[in-house]
Amino acid sequence: MKNNIGVYICQCGSNISDYVDVEKVRDEVSKIEGVAIAKTTMFACADSTQKEIIEDVRNKKLDAMVVASCSPKLHLFTFRNVAIRAGLNPYHYVQVNIREQDSWAHSDHPAEATLKAIGLVSAGIARVKHSKALKSIDIPSRNAVAILGAGVSGMRAAIEMADMGTEVHLIEREHFVGGRTSQWSQLFTTRQSGEEVVSGLYNKIINNENISLYTGAELLSMKGSVGDFKAKIRIIPRYIKADCILKDNQELLNATLKAINACPVEISDDFNFNITKRKAIYKNYHSEFPECPAIDYEHCTKCGECAKYLDAVDFEQKEQEVEINVGAFVVATGFDPYEPEKGEYAYAEVENVITLPQFKRLIEMNEKELTYRNKAVKNIAYIYCVGSRQTEGKNNYCSRYCCTSAIHAAIHARNKYRDINNFHINRGIRTYGKQELLYEESSRNGDIYLQFDEENIPVVEKQGEKLIIKVKDILTQEKELEVEADLLVLVTGMVPRKHSKVSDILKIPLGRDHFFNEIHPKLKPVETVIDGVFICGACQAPFNITETIKSSLSAASKANALISKGKIELEPTIAEINPEQCSWCGACTEVCLYDAIRKIGHNGKEIAEVDESKCKGCGMCLPVCDQNAINLIGYTDKEIESFIDALIS
Amino acid sequence: MKTNIQSKILVFSTEKISDPAIDLAGLLKKHYPPSVYTINVPCSSSVKPKWILHAFDKGFDGVFIAADGTDCPYGETCSDNTANIVKQAHQEMKARGIDPARLKMAAICSVCAESFVKQMISFTKALENEQKQEN
Repeated sequence: MKNNIGVYICQCGSNISDYVDVEKVRDEVSKIEGVAIAKTTMFACADSTQKEIIEDVRNKKLDAMVVASCSPKLHLFTFRNVAIRAGLNPYHYVQVNIREQDSWAHSDHPAEATLKAIGLVSAGIARVKHSKALKSIDIPSRNAVAILGAGVSGMRAAIEMADMGTEVHLIEREHFVGGRTSQWSQLFTTRQSGEEVVSGLYNKIINNENISLYTGAELLSMKGSVGDFKAKIRIIPRYIKADCILKDNQELLNATLKAINACPVEISDDFNFNITKRKAIYKNYHSEFPECPAIDYEHCTKCGECAKYLDAVDFEQKEQEVEINVGAFVVATGFDPYEPEKGEYAYAEVENVITLPQFKRLIEMNEKELTYRNKAVKNIAYIYCVGSRQTEGKNNYCSRYCCTSAIHAAIHARNKYRDINNFHINRGIRTYGKQELLYEESSRNGDIYLQFDEENIPVVEKQGEKLIIKVKDILTQEKELEVEADLLVLVTGMVPRKHSKVSDILKIPLGRDHFFNEIHPKLKPVETVIDGVFICGACQAPFNITETIKSSLSAASKANALISKGKIELEPTIAEINPEQCSWCGACTEVCLYDAIRKIGHNGKEIAEVDESKCKGCGMCLPVCDQNAINLIGYTDKEIESFIDALIS
Repeated sequence: MKTNIQSKILVFSTEKISDPAIDLAGLLKKHYPPSVYTINVPCSSSVKPKWILHAFDKGFDGVFIAADGTDCPYGETCSDNTANIVKQAHQEMKARGIDPARLKMAAICSVCAESFVKQMISFTKALENEQKQEN
């Protein structure tokens, strides 16, 4: 039993010490038998503290350590490495969570939170006293990954991982790749178009033999765990034969255009954010990838009109289910643009009020003159922070990309068409970093900036044929100004994807903003609490394309580092049989799902034996043993019961 | 939120499924009674009834198994196995004169922070009511 224990209680800046009296916790636990040293620390994870712990272990010959700080999900391995560097077995270390499960959860009851911390730390000390020196177990890992979403984020991650030798299954829900980026025209800072960026990535993907691309596909289910996930993918029919490649084939292209014209079905075109209609057979733009048209599975009536012009139409195609076996997931499912409520700044009530994504598509579709609903547009007003920084709605975050995107679109409109006047009605412009250049350019161009605060939001009125926006401009001493606009653009932010089943299937936690939650933005970015599941791009937070790509590369390297070695180190948590107590009844082997327990002879009787290579450490065999002859390493009766004793005392 | 420091609840949570939900509750600053203590295990079907009885013997007022349910990474039998543990523990509790209502089980998935908080608040209230009736 360990009896020379070092205990370190972290303040986590003030995350813990604002609610938990850490000095009181230290004073109480230092009285416990076996505790040689108890200290508080500003940041236990800081390099300087780690060095201090190592010196304490060496100088005071500590035989075990307890750190009371954040969730073990965050720093268990940090402090196990500290133990190793200090010369201790890493399993002579216990981490106690007094942040997520104490100070943050009970910030409304600081005195009780302090009492709870004393109980938790005492229990951690009791547990570490019974700890045994252990070695981790290696399990095989498939060097294969499922990447969900083939927008720029997923495509970039796929290329990186494939180049590092990982087998990549790239799964896209739509029939075409590129995601949101393919909907944008000129991009800042490179002046490339979204189409060009997507083309570059797609060409790398189709030439990479390590990547399998599934379009019209979605994740149906997932079983297994890190290193060995088994996933089912549903693929809906494209109703077009795979060899119908339009590239460099004018005849096929003409036939496709005729087939599209012949289709009698018209539905809102979500590629253009519903400001236009499209047919059931479609291709959003000429160079869209894969270069093969698709038929909308949901809306097609199978009337056969398109098939009269295009031989490649194939209504015999059936929905398929494919099973894949991967070691990890990278989730890159992107975002939805915020859809304003009906009546929010007259949206959906007054016809010349549109959102920023709709405006960007409008610029792309209008070549020489900017018109909307057959009316010329000269004066454009932009209201910022629609659906972001809400004081009354649920989106109180800043979407970050929209100030830059709106100013960029305004500059683009002014450069593309004649006599455009831009009026930016904003709550403070946030064009951070190099994006400030755009703000400067827009100001030089003569764009007008008016600023309001959340107490006095602009009022939109339709006065006859005129659209008037009234704003109390804080830059001119809250003078009420009126802007007459031909078009009002609502600068909308990002919201999480609607109807995402991915969160349910993979069980990825959502944050307060309802985007997927990474464990820690600085310490464990792109990692989730689900081992082997990584997130990247705008599914984790509002990101611009540059930031999206950076997080994709981060997720790709993290996932590759985890699965590419062919093995993953797991906790040495396996069942062990007490031969003296076991008298073989077979209940343990019946409940074991991994065939890890067998019958053997031992000193003239039959007993159970655990196959260490097969045991997964689930512990299902523990409660079924009437003789209480099975313990799980790390969760022995002594450890659990002493933990409980310490909690209650 | 009204708390009763006397109503101590021991939660058996699972490392991969319910513990992340409990962490998430803290991260989201969702409050539940501070007399709720968590001990984590690999899987909810690994909880020995003797540990549950030990908790009652030592003075815990309630025990809650935050079960993996159908999300269990180890296998589909987890729900049934955990239910059997609860059944067995209930029998032993009855034999010792402990009200079986003091042991509860519910599936808490890795994102079920809200559900966990609700369970803890309602379980605490139920235990308080039971204590009042006994008094």
